[in-house]
Amino acid sequence: MAIISVRDLVVEYDGRRVLDGLNLDIEQGETMVLLGGSGSGKSTLLRQLLGLEHPHSGSISVKGIDITRCSQADLKVVRRSLGVAFQSAALFNSFSVEDNVALALREHTALAPSIIDLVVWMKLAVVGLAEFSHLHPQELSGGMKKRAAVARAIALDPEILVLDEPSAGLDPIVAAELDELILLLKRAFQMTVIVVTHDLPSAFRIADRIAMLHKGTFLAVGTKDEIRSSENPRIRQFLDRVPGKLTEASAVAASIERYLQGEEVAR
Amino acid sequence: MIDLVAVGFTRELGPLLTAIAVSGRSGSAFAAEIGSMRVTEEIDALRVMAFEPIEFVLAPKYLAALIVVPCLSIASNVCGILAGGLFMFFSTRLAPALYLQYVLSSIQLRDVASGLIKSLAFATIIVHVGCLEGFRVQGGPDAVGRSTTAAVVKSTFLVIVADVLFTAIFYFLGMH
Repeated sequence: MAIISVRDLVVEYDGRRVLDGLNLDIEQGETMVLLGGSGSGKSTLLRQLLGLEHPHSGSISVKGIDITRCSQADLKVVRRSLGVAFQSAALFNSFSVEDNVALALREHTALAPSIIDLVVWMKLAVVGLAEFSHLHPQELSGGMKKRAAVARAIALDPEILVLDEPSAGLDPIVAAELDELILLLKRAFQMTVIVVTHDLPSAFRIADRIAMLHKGTFLAVGTKDEIRSSENPRIRQFLDRVPGKLTEASAVAASIERYLQGEEVAR
Repeated sequence: MIDLVAVGFTRELGPLLTAIAVSGRSGSAFAAEIGSMRVTEEIDALRVMAFEPIEFVLAPKYLAALIVVPCLSIASNVCGILAGGLFMFFSTRLAPALYLQYVLSSIQLRDVASGLIKSLAFATIIVHVGCLEGFRVQGGPDAVGRSTTAAVVKSTFLVIVADVLFTAIFYFLGMH
């Protein structure tokens, strides 16, 4: 049985359809990468999966609970099985790194302070930040912040680890280190991992399956090899990094023409 | 004259001036802090960690304000009355001891109590308006700037409106 099931998910902002009837099953223990270009709806889908926004229609079941219709209490139960590392890391700036990691342990468990300290040290050691535990987020580099966010996300040993653009803004070496960390975490803790990214090398390194999003719909959902060998023109354009029409001179001229005639410029 | 200074400060000016200062200083800070937390996804992080942002972010600020604003109002009352004493000494050579005697004889407990009740209401307004404006931030850093401005303007306005309402209520209840 799938640990996460998305059924006919439709999301609209001000009447504009952002996600259009998505269906997706994520199996327990697999790494699912949500791949797609900017504005494809990846982050919107992620926010739906986390229960941060309500859809226009459709349902999302996490561990059998429909988070689009459940009570706040049930949503909290679901969220305790989620560990999330946001794109911006979203570390609490007024807390040190260790306090960021310890927060959920202090509030959601009855562990003794000495045990919490030990768990925090272990989580930070896994991501290579044990010796930086007393620093505050603003004293960390971009890569260290991402790793600290991962340490906080795994603090409660979640069943599902969600990573939003983990390699965004990082140099290739640090990004590759983060990929290896994700693989290590999956091996060590048997987590279901959901990664949102548009970084192709990272996606093909860590994914068991890839869901390719484009303009709010899935172009394809399949294994790495299936996606790699896809003949879908949009997928090929994305994988082969072919520029879109917007950069062609004729498209720019047509856009300017429409603007001068008072029509809305196509996006 | 001395009655006016003493009663005026304890009932009206002390709590009101304190609230306006706290609104400018702390109401804006609340909106900026929470607005920044919205922009940097820290509020979302709290929610997905199964915390209630209202409890986690607003409640400590509210509790602190409920303690500090009445204390600051009392400090404001004392400073205002002392300033009145200095003015009287330099303008009319009124002895400070005599001034203090007049002040103590003109202030009643209900004057201080009504000022403190007002300051609790002002603290409620300042914290809730500041935090609400912070939670309403959507978009980038420019939205944080707008929320801080809105927090100060709205909370100052509401504090003055609340002051008028409380004065009317106390008047009709016979506390003035």
